[in-house]
Amino acid sequence: MHIKVERISKTFGRFEAVKDVSFEIADGRLVGILGPSGGGKTTILRMLAGLETPDSGTIYFDGHPVNDVPPQKRGIGFVFQNYALFRHMTVFDNIAFGLVVQRRKKEEIRERVARFIELTALNGLENRLPHQLSGGQRQRVAFARALAPEPKLLLLDEPFAAIDAKVRKELRTWLKNTIRAVGVTTIFVTHDQEEAVEVADEMIVVHQGRVEQQGAPIDIYQRPQSPFVASFIGETTVLDNIPSLRGFESAAGFERAIIRPEFVEVGTEREIKLPGASNRGKVRNVFFRGMHWQVDVQVGDSILSAYRSAELPPLRPDDDVFVLVHRLYAFEHGRCTVLENAAKTDPMPVSI
Amino acid sequence: MKVKEKSILPGFGITMGITLLYLSVIVLIPLSALLIKASGAGWGQFWSTLSDARVLASFRVSLSTSLAAAAVNMVFGFVVAWVLVRYSFPGKRWIDGIIDLPFALPTAVAGISLTALYSQNGWIGRFLEPLGVKVAYTPIGITVALIFIGLPFVVRTVQPVLQELQKDIEEAAVSLGASRWLTFRRVLLPELIPPLLTGFTLALSRSIGEYGSVVFISGNMPMRTEIVPLLIMTKLEQYDYTGAAVVATAMLVLSFLLLLVINVLQWHTHRRFTSK
Amino acid sequence: MDMAGTVAKSGFAAAEARPRHLTEPPLVRWMLIGIALVFLALVLLLPLTTVIAEALAKGVQTYLAAVTEPDALSAIRLTLLVAAIAVPLNTVFGVAAAWAIAKFKFSGRNVLVTLIDLPFAVSPVISGLIFVLLFGAQGWFGPWLEAAGIKIIFALPGIVLATVFVTFPFVARELLPVMQAQGSEEEEAAAGMGAGGWRIFFRITLPNIKWGLLYGIILCNARAMGEFGAVSVVSGHIRGLTNTIPLHVEILYNEYQFTASFAVASLLVLLALMTLIAKNVMEWKQQQVTQRMREEVETDAH
Repeated sequence: MHIKVERISKTFGRFEAVKDVSFEIADGRLVGILGPSGGGKTTILRMLAGLETPDSGTIYFDGHPVNDVPPQKRGIGFVFQNYALFRHMTVFDNIAFGLVVQRRKKEEIRERVARFIELTALNGLENRLPHQLSGGQRQRVAFARALAPEPKLLLLDEPFAAIDAKVRKELRTWLKNTIRAVGVTTIFVTHDQEEAVEVADEMIVVHQGRVEQQGAPIDIYQRPQSPFVASFIGETTVLDNIPSLRGFESAAGFERAIIRPEFVEVGTEREIKLPGASNRGKVRNVFFRGMHWQVDVQVGDSILSAYRSAELPPLRPDDDVFVLVHRLYAFEHGRCTVLENAAKTDPMPVSI
Repeated sequence: MKVKEKSILPGFGITMGITLLYLSVIVLIPLSALLIKASGAGWGQFWSTLSDARVLASFRVSLSTSLAAAAVNMVFGFVVAWVLVRYSFPGKRWIDGIIDLPFALPTAVAGISLTALYSQNGWIGRFLEPLGVKVAYTPIGITVALIFIGLPFVVRTVQPVLQELQKDIEEAAVSLGASRWLTFRRVLLPELIPPLLTGFTLALSRSIGEYGSVVFISGNMPMRTEIVPLLIMTKLEQYDYTGAAVVATAMLVLSFLLLLVINVLQWHTHRRFTSK
Repeated sequence: MDMAGTVAKSGFAAAEARPRHLTEPPLVRWMLIGIALVFLALVLLLPLTTVIAEALAKGVQTYLAAVTEPDALSAIRLTLLVAAIAVPLNTVFGVAAAWAIAKFKFSGRNVLVTLIDLPFAVSPVISGLIFVLLFGAQGWFGPWLEAAGIKIIFALPGIVLATVFVTFPFVARELLPVMQAQGSEEEEAAAGMGAGGWRIFFRITLPNIKWGLLYGIILCNARAMGEFGAVSVVSGHIRGLTNTIPLHVEILYNEYQFTASFAVASLLVLLALMTLIAKNVMEWKQQQVTQRMREEVETDAH
């Protein structure tokens, strides 16, 4: 199902949850709406479901406006954050509920439910009650229940929020594969950017009720269009005074820059190969991150975060180091430009 | 008898002491007097007292009217609870406050005012009389009084459960296409049946032993509108202490059975919905 | 009817307008509201107004005369006296029992709680009967009491005993959930600092439970003054001597002095209404106290 959202807004009391949001989603896509808590993304999801009504704007399913269509008739499947399983019904009856509503024949219901039990690996649990299931099992029941009636749009509200971290990764992969297999247009909401990046074909970043950016995860990651998107995705440092950095002296007229730690190299005099393109700095803090070190180093008035391979000898606070900024994202009036360190290509670097 | 975990708070000794002393003097000793008196009758007399026609009739009257009243309260009490939790309308706060009136109003007052209402010249009685419906001095009158007594039990057990119900299961049902009626029938009602049953049983239990509000409107005709508490009273006045004790014991057993049912209901519900 | 149970809920705040897909069509809604209101009017409001109407049926003078007539006055005096003895006794018990059960762990707690709930399961007539069996002329202690010239049944002590039996759970039942909801942290902290039992109770526990305590006392009092069945059994119905207000109402009614009966009954109605109002106020205030305590614990935890 093709979704088009045109300038929808929603206010609760005096709180503007959603402000003038528009986007389009092609049929069959797996889209993640990403944003911090309270940013409006769940409200958008609920408006798509019909559980909330937009104060203004229109929602189109396959070209038809659905603002006045009640949730029952929209052909959606919804997976709630806390699953909302019917606790007095067995797993089987929960999954069968939507089919019973559709008045399908008993045989058909039995067959379909069995298929989804198989698909969601819930075999043997058909007659259990929800309180007898683990968190992950309940989530799968919620999922199967939403999918069994063949919805044209699947909506998931923070599907992994209540799951243990260990189980989460497996479930994510499983979810992505299962949705692919079923082939239904899916929109999920999350505040976990790692999750969004891993699971979604396409991402919509929402902040304070507005859409910041829409695109494939890699585009959002490599070409953030606003300071918020750039800082929300991945670890970042924000810098106001770009020309203070070596290699970026001629970068004027930008409001601020976002620097990703993976593009900052920090090391001793011997380790840095391009001292002319580097700044002098002092290590402030060192954090072990398993796969690498995160080194917070003070350059001039700013503290930059840098990643350093765990293979290299560790640095310590108060060490004097060289800091080479390879690339940064500079913002001016909402437009983002990727700037490379100019001094890196200078054939005659001058070191201080 | 009682083993206490070590606690740094003082006062266990004295508070337990007061509690146990009080309970013994006020509750345990008097109740055992009852049981001993009743057992003093010996099995033979015990059963013959209970199987006396008048006694059986009084149990029949008490039970049938209590069941009917509790059933009526179950239905209408549910509507009242639903309306108080789910809808807003002018005066709702006041109405909610007045639900507890039967708890606060002395039973004798309820008794005389209900009788006044439903007797031939009463505000309601005068409408029903031409229709051939007699309320005062009939089992129907008893039932009406018991409806008054039992109302808060159903409303107050259903209200909190209804209040706590999360929106999301209703939204889930709706997202799966269910109509309002289906959502109510298959998703909401099952959650409300346990408190309904509890309220029903509580109202029933209270009604069976009710005296003050019934004794005026019933007319107290033996075999027809005589309730068990009144029978006990009558036996006492005739100095048939043993007879009174026997009937009282039978009533107590009945009340405790009902209490047991209530506890089992609540335990069962707890088990069905929570993992241990 | 406990207060801590309502602590977590805000009552009416939740009944905002529900979206269309989560509520019944307007027609159904108004029908249900109508049914509920008619039912409540029939069952609750009419009896209430009947008392007032009948009491004033023959005018205010007759009303006042009925209420100030000597037998009525002695009934009022007796009722007040009984309450003045029974309620404090039950309060002491209630506080002691609630403290023992809420603040300590011991086996047999459930048995104790069930015992405290006992009077609710027992018919009022039986509540009176048991004391007659103990202290009546043919009771266990009957002969001994007669020899000593002590009258319990058909006299004040009997009425007090029966009243105490019927009303003793009220204070305990109100305090128990409140104290349980509030936990023992504050008391334990004070004990750790060396405070003695009385000090802990009066300076720490009492302020936190005062509304629940008041509520329990008010309920206990209302029930004590209004108790009919149990007192009817033990009192002997001696006019001017052993009649409480409810018994006096019965006597007047049985003598066909309807207006006078309702007039005296209206005093109890007044009491009931005041109890209801107090209930709502206290419940609300206790909710606030316990809620505040919970919030303080939460913010401390962060």
